[in-house]
Amino acid sequence: MAQQYIGQSVKRTEDPRLITGLGHYVDDMKLHDMHYVAFVRSIHGHARIRSVDISAALQMPGVVRIFTGEDCRSIGSIPCAGALEGLKVPAHPVLALEKVRYVGEPIVAVVATSLYLARDAAEAVTVDYQSLPAVVDLERAASADSPRIHEEFSDNIAYTWALTGGDLDQAFKEADKVIKQRMVHQRLIPVAMEPRAVIARFLPGEHELTLWSSTQIPHLMRTQVAIMLGLAENHVRVITPEVGGGFGSKLNVYGEEAALGFISMQLHKPVKWAETRRENFAATIHGRGQIGDLEVAIKKDGRVTGIRYKVWADLGAYHQLLTPAIPTLTGLMLTGSYRIPAARMDVTGVFTNKMATDAYRGAGRPEATYVIERVMDLVAQELSMDPVDVRRVNFPAKKDFPFATATGLTYDSGNYDAPLKKALKLAEYKKWRREQQKARKKGRYIGIGLSTYVEICAMGPSPAMPAGGWESATVRIEPTGKVTVLTGASPHGQGQETSFAQIAADMLGVTIEDIRVLHGDTGVVQYGIGTFGSRATAVGGTAVYRAIEKLLQKGTLLAAHLLQAPKKEIQFEGGKFSIKGDASKSISLQEMALASYTAKNLPVNFEPGLSSTYYFEPKNFTFPFGTHICVVELDGDTGEIKILKYVAVDDCGKVINPLLVDGQIHGGIAQGLGQALMEEAVYDESGQLITGTLMDYAIPRANDLPWFELDRTVTPSPVNPLGVKGVGEAGTIGSTPALVNAVVDALQPFGVKHIDMPLRPEKIWKLLQKEAQ
Amino acid sequence: MIPESFEYFAPTSVQEAVSLAQRHGEEAKFLSGGHSLLPMMKLRLATPKFVIDLGGIRELTQITEEGGKFRIGALVNHHTLESSEKIRGRCRLLAQTAAQIGDPQVRNCGTLGGSVSHADPAADYPAALLALEVEMEVEGPGGRRRISAADFFVDLFTSALKPSELLVAVHVPVLESNVGSAYKKLRQQASGFAIVGAAAIVAKDEGGKCQRVAIGITGVGPKAFRATAAEKALLGKSLTEKNIEKACHQIASGIDVQGDIHASSDYRRAMADVFARRAVLAAAGLSQ
Repeated sequence: MAQQYIGQSVKRTEDPRLITGLGHYVDDMKLHDMHYVAFVRSIHGHARIRSVDISAALQMPGVVRIFTGEDCRSIGSIPCAGALEGLKVPAHPVLALEKVRYVGEPIVAVVATSLYLARDAAEAVTVDYQSLPAVVDLERAASADSPRIHEEFSDNIAYTWALTGGDLDQAFKEADKVIKQRMVHQRLIPVAMEPRAVIARFLPGEHELTLWSSTQIPHLMRTQVAIMLGLAENHVRVITPEVGGGFGSKLNVYGEEAALGFISMQLHKPVKWAETRRENFAATIHGRGQIGDLEVAIKKDGRVTGIRYKVWADLGAYHQLLTPAIPTLTGLMLTGSYRIPAARMDVTGVFTNKMATDAYRGAGRPEATYVIERVMDLVAQELSMDPVDVRRVNFPAKKDFPFATATGLTYDSGNYDAPLKKALKLAEYKKWRREQQKARKKGRYIGIGLSTYVEICAMGPSPAMPAGGWESATVRIEPTGKVTVLTGASPHGQGQETSFAQIAADMLGVTIEDIRVLHGDTGVVQYGIGTFGSRATAVGGTAVYRAIEKLLQKGTLLAAHLLQAPKKEIQFEGGKFSIKGDASKSISLQEMALASYTAKNLPVNFEPGLSSTYYFEPKNFTFPFGTHICVVELDGDTGEIKILKYVAVDDCGKVINPLLVDGQIHGGIAQGLGQALMEEAVYDESGQLITGTLMDYAIPRANDLPWFELDRTVTPSPVNPLGVKGVGEAGTIGSTPALVNAVVDALQPFGVKHIDMPLRPEKIWKLLQKEAQ
Repeated sequence: MIPESFEYFAPTSVQEAVSLAQRHGEEAKFLSGGHSLLPMMKLRLATPKFVIDLGGIRELTQITEEGGKFRIGALVNHHTLESSEKIRGRCRLLAQTAAQIGDPQVRNCGTLGGSVSHADPAADYPAALLALEVEMEVEGPGGRRRISAADFFVDLFTSALKPSELLVAVHVPVLESNVGSAYKKLRQQASGFAIVGAAAIVAKDEGGKCQRVAIGITGVGPKAFRATAAEKALLGKSLTEKNIEKACHQIASGIDVQGDIHASSDYRRAMADVFARRAVLAAAGLSQ
């Protein structure tokens, strides 16, 4: 394969339409005679619904119908794919019945002829609540005397889960020291630029429901919505037009999707609902939300020999699709990029009167990386070692890969010292250590933080996934020679229309303009899994690769027939099949395509047409890694953190498009720094979401962030033929601990060992009020 | 945005706007740059039945000069104040303040008059307007009158505007060339509003002594205020770092300082001192 495109920074083919405003998101679409839905949502964190009075609202102009929980009883429960042993799965109706359990829970759906009239009528619905004590604090929620959120269960503990490997007792017995620390991973709100949106259109004649939805998983949604609504799956079509970001928040099946389908089926009208930003804050999944107690066994040379981590996970009021599974990913990655022979994680998943937590960029892995990267710095501090040395003492060597961890994973490939070395040089680590010393003498506080992360991508082998971990691709050469790629992945900002076209163009020897990548329409694309868990290129891209291999095998058969030569003498190069050693006889892909469709001269038993489909099942996850280094200076007066330098050297295996990879790293770092610096979903004791708008929930802006200096090392993955690993979440996973480590490092003169995020200025200021040691 | 329904008016003169407001009374709201009113309507926290859009009133968008003062129309937006050569040259404090409001989109829409009339305790302008001792020109059913900045900001979201009265212009004194100024603020990370904002103007005599000083503080209490004790402590003193630090102490003494999830009252008090000091230092040319 001649590499004309792979490895090149090809500009995103998606961008012109998006930048010029010509792309179509769900809310851009208007169907004939479309009605609008507005939801009445709970204003209480926990309350019994005494009654719902819709009579006044029904009289409002433009109101078509109003649906209560009672009206929607026939809709199945909102699905949860968690299969943990003993998991308590509460009923999760699309509209609340009897009780509400979080602020923002939908109670009534109002349908009107315009969006404004629907909203007006929703305001006229009266819900009579009997307020109940809200269960907000995670540890109190887990206690036996806490009010119960779901009466059918004996307590608020949804499950307990443990993962253990190696001999922990021995590790702690033989430890030179034991470090203990509590760490909090605050709740975050994903804040995708485009909130959720759904249009449902039921055609009674065809008995067909089409859902346009802003989702990361169109096929899984089709299956689930069909089940919820009792429809045959092949009578449901899910179309995902442009999606303005997901970060996991659209890796889900929400009640609104089924409710809209149901309403359209009742009314025989298309109906639309587009989430407001406030709804997005209150009623789209949140991320993180863990409190953990840590015990670490260490040797005096810096080796970490055992780690125990006991976690309470704040699940929220109900399970969404993957809610209970997320904390288990933390357990898998607990030992990070280190040779730690013994590890145990215990998770207690707890119901609280809040929105459900679920997959949010990184989904359980940022928590693990944060813990283990903080541990490395705690060890360094405890033993007065350089944090770089502690990491090196614990790294597995390049020759140790594939590397088996105490948590039961096998890291595919790695060379952890390579990015570390590069990053140290790029960041001028030694120079900054000297600067730090000089600055301290002058009462200035500079800190240097590292994170030498590893993460788990390319989700994943099907046995490890709740609903299939493979991905599909169809590659079709059209009669004119144009190439259509249908991917089961569902890109929503990652740029795979471009990167998959790069793969296909190189393999088929055509230009990128000859290729069209289609996705996100279950009526067009074969079944697929979707885009999440940094999987689309490693799994979906490989499916494209394998489909083209298969296609070329078929093409070779036809070429042999047309060129009248034995199959083994046919070669394919530069978009042409030819006879080896005889350049005069060749046939282009375009000619082949035409011949295969006109089908006048085909080999015996040759299937007409030129297309192939491949379902790629990966044998393992992939494990990208890297080093992030952050240098900060604290403002002694205000506690503000200034980032002086940020270096990221990432290794995501082979790179299809460096521009896309850098973009993912940039966005990832921004999001990770957002958690470290400012983001936090705050509920008050009555369960009100205090940070319910962008006026109160801070997300990083461009001017909050430094210039990112990026570089990479390339350690190919043996798991797939492209050698790629995945990069969608690496930045988020790597950056958070780098910044926190830098700030704690800056505060060493104040005897600070750990600070919980977000590192808001006031928190730092308070620490700075103490006398420097 | 899904507000409640309202009737929309687009008057072309101040008089017309005021008489519309008078006719519709409490259910009417003036719309200027829309950066406070529209978010509240969006959340249905404000549900005016009548919205009087001032955007078509030309008089309100002018900056003129009369008698050693700028008369800045209420509809002049933050970006204009930030970038106007006249304002940057001769009333720099206002430009310095405007430049730190929100983000470029906000500054292109939000207006001086809209912000000031809203009397948000965390808004940026009040600090500068108090320090500059500006006058507000307002027109109501009873005609035009002037209100000093000190009298204009009454309380939390409460100004001295009477029902149906419209802020027409702000009269801002031109600063002499020997007067230095600065606005320093600690931004609330989500909204960009001031947790603390301090505006200072400082002039020194030939011997380096403080000849004139005014410090306005916003964000800390229910309304912006002048740091009069600090001003008194500085007047006539050498403008040294030490003297400035000493003077800018307990700036918020006597102020009812409330804490919230973004900043506790202790932190706000402490930051009032820090930012007052920074503003004075910068205005005195002793720091950036």
